[in-house]
Amino acid sequence: MQPKSPPNPGRRKFLIGATSAVGAVGIAGAAVPFISAFNPSAAAEAAGAPAVADISKLAPGEMIIVEWRGTPIYVVKHSEESINEIDKNLERLADPDSNTEVQPEYAKNKYRSRKPGISVLSAVCTHLGCAPKYYPELGVVDFDSEWQGGFFCPCHGSKFDLAGRVYAGVPAPDNLTVPPHYFKSDDILIIGEDGDVA
Amino acid sequence: MVTRLMNWFDDRLPLTATIERHLTKYPAPINMNIWYLAGVLLVVVLVIQLASGIWLLMNYEPTAEGAFASIQYIMRDVEYGYIIRYMHTTGASAFFALIYLHMFRGMMYGSYQKPRELLWVLGWITYVLLCALGFTGYVLPWGQMSFWAAQVIMSLFGSIPYIGEDLLTWIRGDYLISGITLNRLFAFHVVLLPLALIAVVFVHILALHEVGSNNPDGVDVKKHKDEDGVPLDTKPFFPYDVMHDLYAIGVFLIFFVTIMFFYPDGGGYVIEYVNYEAADNLKTPEHIVPSWYYTPFYAMLRAVTFPLFGLSAKFLGFVVMAAGIAIFVALPWLDRSPVKSIKYKGIYSKFFLALFVVSFFVLGYLGTVTSTPGRTIAAQIFTVTYFAYFFLMPIYSKYEKCKPVPERVQLG
Repeated sequence: MQPKSPPNPGRRKFLIGATSAVGAVGIAGAAVPFISAFNPSAAAEAAGAPAVADISKLAPGEMIIVEWRGTPIYVVKHSEESINEIDKNLERLADPDSNTEVQPEYAKNKYRSRKPGISVLSAVCTHLGCAPKYYPELGVVDFDSEWQGGFFCPCHGSKFDLAGRVYAGVPAPDNLTVPPHYFKSDDILIIGEDGDVA
Repeated sequence: MVTRLMNWFDDRLPLTATIERHLTKYPAPINMNIWYLAGVLLVVVLVIQLASGIWLLMNYEPTAEGAFASIQYIMRDVEYGYIIRYMHTTGASAFFALIYLHMFRGMMYGSYQKPRELLWVLGWITYVLLCALGFTGYVLPWGQMSFWAAQVIMSLFGSIPYIGEDLLTWIRGDYLISGITLNRLFAFHVVLLPLALIAVVFVHILALHEVGSNNPDGVDVKKHKDEDGVPLDTKPFFPYDVMHDLYAIGVFLIFFVTIMFFYPDGGGYVIEYVNYEAADNLKTPEHIVPSWYYTPFYAMLRAVTFPLFGLSAKFLGFVVMAAGIAIFVALPWLDRSPVKSIKYKGIYSKFFLALFVVSFFVLGYLGTVTSTPGRTIAAQIFTVTYFAYFFLMPIYSKYEKCKPVPERVQLG
């Protein structure tokens, strides 16, 4: 025996619709804490505070590694020679003018630095996040017969010049990221803040 | 006494009916061959992984500070802890080896064709869940390879245009891979994903028992039935299949424990040597390789070295890699052949299936070695041939000449 269809189908349809709508709003509301809990916690945000580096003892051609937000930041002081030859292999670079926005506005120049001669680069390969290694020497190296100095990623073979500009034809798509930074004095470098944007 | 007990249960639960439907009266085709063992062995491995996993959990510490040390503690101080851990690592590799065989069986005999499309889709979901379980579990020991594998895989999400960076921070819960990331992957690995896997495997088996097992001839065994309505070319699952499955499980376990006891590292494939070093976020290993079961897809990821349509090479590589895994789900709708089994399909289906297998193995090899320009070109070629199997299937499966399919299953 078929049950008799309930009276007032229009009213029932409306009630089912209204209940569903209210239920959906409830679910959306309840989802907020679950999605938000995935964001960095207050402690994680605090741990992401700026890093301070003393660069007074850095000699030309030398590099130090500063940790900021758990990732290595390379701070390189270039020699006069390499600053002068920065344009020597321009045709091999994918983005020599830093058109991709991976640096603050003040580092959008051919040295990709705020202060000429000092590079501050995130040592995270823009391909898959490995740490490229610093190869300042010129000439023949394992991976390149006309090396002009720069960074080489051992994971998948991406190459960057001394200013962190990526070579064409390697897996990495972009130049190395320049983190926000400023020089508090000649010797003190702050990584993680723009300071007074010049 | 037993009858009265069963009656008591049957009045309250469909116990006898369930046992008959899924075990004693489940009709299994008589011409099933060795390829049909992978399914039951997968269930065995699932049980091994659940048991060993729960026991590992009793001594594992899910923190960035304590994870690596707790693994060493399990290996050295917990009684038989090293056996339980090796059981779990060997089980992970066995899981993938068997599911690849299981999937290949389905591809060979057209087990995804009507009416088994949903069965195939459910199986594909278990494969994706398994991939997620493999990845999340791999990160837990917090060794160098754990950390950098997480870094590489998670940074793929950062390549998504516009939302990538924010999405990445949201997934990690930090500005880098950290203990926070480890904890959420831990929650996925031990609660969410196993629950989902068990549920989907359960539904997969329910669906199998609804549509019935396919067989190497791909003929419908339900077409010819005896006077009781039992298909002629079948035998009851219990005792006939259970008995030979038990034998197969015994043989499988011989191989399993041989690796577990004597070659737990599997030559660096089951456990990678780099992972014997604790995670260090400032030092990248010389050579990052994923576990062997992901290497075909990793090779595809690396094969894309050029940007296209304004999208970065990295993002496209991610898309191609994901497509390599996702494409399997489309098989039931790509195959236009009137014939199920490869035995009766035409020469093109055989050629493309062979090409697929070769591509899978070559890509798998390329994913384990460092890339050179020559290898990148090889990876690009075999990525294309891998996808050719799928994307050309609607054409070659439709227009090729098939052999006539017999009315009944063939023995011998």
